[in-house]
Amino acid sequence: MIDPLLQLLRRSGRFSESELAERLSLTPEEVTARIAAWEKDGTILGYQAVVNPGMTGQSDVTGFIEVRLAPERGGGFDRLAKRLAKFDQVVSCYLMSGGYDLLLVVEGGDLMEVASFVTEKLSTMEGVLSTATHFRLKTYKENGFAFDGDEDPERLPVAP
Amino acid sequence: MDYPSKIARQVAAVPRSGIRDFFELVLGRDDVISLGVGEPDFSAPWHIREAAIYSLEQGHTSYTSNLGLLSLRRAIAGYVGDFFKVDYDPKSEVLVTVGVSEALDIALRALINPGDEVLYHEPCYVSYMPGIAMAHGKAVPVATRKRDGFSLKPEELKKAITPASRILILNFPTNPTGAVASREDLEGIAKLCVAHDLVCITDEIYSELRYDGGDHASIAALPGMRERTILLHGFSKAFAMTGFRLGYACAPAPLTEAMMKIHQYSMLCAPITSQAAALEALEHGLPAVKEMRASYLQRRDFVVKRFKEIGIDCHTPGGAFYVFPDVRTTGLGSKEFALGLLEAEDVAAVPGDAFGPSGDGFLRCCYATAFEQLKEAMTRIERYVGTLG
Repeated sequence: MIDPLLQLLRRSGRFSESELAERLSLTPEEVTARIAAWEKDGTILGYQAVVNPGMTGQSDVTGFIEVRLAPERGGGFDRLAKRLAKFDQVVSCYLMSGGYDLLLVVEGGDLMEVASFVTEKLSTMEGVLSTATHFRLKTYKENGFAFDGDEDPERLPVAP
Repeated sequence: MDYPSKIARQVAAVPRSGIRDFFELVLGRDDVISLGVGEPDFSAPWHIREAAIYSLEQGHTSYTSNLGLLSLRRAIAGYVGDFFKVDYDPKSEVLVTVGVSEALDIALRALINPGDEVLYHEPCYVSYMPGIAMAHGKAVPVATRKRDGFSLKPEELKKAITPASRILILNFPTNPTGAVASREDLEGIAKLCVAHDLVCITDEIYSELRYDGGDHASIAALPGMRERTILLHGFSKAFAMTGFRLGYACAPAPLTEAMMKIHQYSMLCAPITSQAAALEALEHGLPAVKEMRASYLQRRDFVVKRFKEIGIDCHTPGGAFYVFPDVRTTGLGSKEFALGLLEAEDVAAVPGDAFGPSGDGFLRCCYATAFEQLKEAMTRIERYVGTLG
């Protein structure tokens, strides 16, 4: 089972060290030390807010791009995948099983920005055999958070 | 009309529930933080709710066998065999009921002859005494003590046994104290049951919610006990399914048959939608139980620690999701303390005497509530205790 401290941090990176300590009956010093160790050894890579794009007034575009690659002797897909992942527009990059090899999640300010990344950077790269781009229309849930979530159901204040 | 003369004596004799009185008081107030609930703060896991919806979509809206769907009874027998290490025949020894509440009621009615004595440990769940009285039995509570962690000691039970004793009700982990029973104590209790030919009704509803590391042992699994035990369990607490109203009784066939007679003429069968949800819970719900238990454990440790900081004696309960702090050091009784706390700080916790006279001086606080709320509630309790000087 995943460490309870890590589990809480995965749910919310905003908990303060004293709050985490309180919830887990640890000392704040213990929490600080463990988080520092995880940050150092790369267990924790960073902290982010999960933002509902509909509320920001910006019209960011997210593309999900299926990429087929020519595998290379020795390294398979690693070298190309790492190269693609370096682009700022690429927020996630996964090697996939099935009908294609890489799934890139690409963000841009508008459609054109994503399109030009695909046509100019991605498709022209040596070893990229084909691409198929899908655009996000609406988000219902992201990283465990439901958008337009239901209200908490009512409960009796006192029950046997 | 002279209504009182129309009400059956055994019903009229049952006092109004202390919880209900308190409930009415709390309802009249806004912004109350409630530690007064007896249910999980989680909704049932989505896959369980979805299974109920799917069952409706498929048009499963009919009666089931009086005993319950055979597929569910098979799953229950499998689960009980794994978890409690007692085997029951799903065809004749498992009865699906409308919550453990119904199971307890029909077990008592199936066993009690007028005047039979029914033993149970107290403080206890609110329905035991009324259930016994309404089945024409004589309720014989055995008070448990804080220094024993509110567990039932065999020597205390022994003192309460008389030639009229017929039944013993056990509930470990216990609502409202969170008490658990050691294997040694259970063995002592089992020996008394055998020696005095008692039938044991064991209410196992909190069995999955144990935090003391050890495997949960049910008295049903001890030597000589299977033949004389009715094991009651359900889905409300561990799977957060209180509103589905689904429980079950496992017992030797003749006892199951006797309970079944009452069940078939009063309830007919448990709702089929809830049965579908329960089957899903047993087949795929156990990881969620584990997660919820881990979350309760974090909150238990926090609440016990806070009561200690506040200077209120609170034993560390081994199970369920209640703490049962001793408020006598503040100079107040249960009711006074609880009412004062509600008045002054809008925190609701149930006075311990609602769970029997031996609960007086204590408070039942349910920690199955959001951590932020729990934290705020403890801050308010600290402030309130400070004003008592």
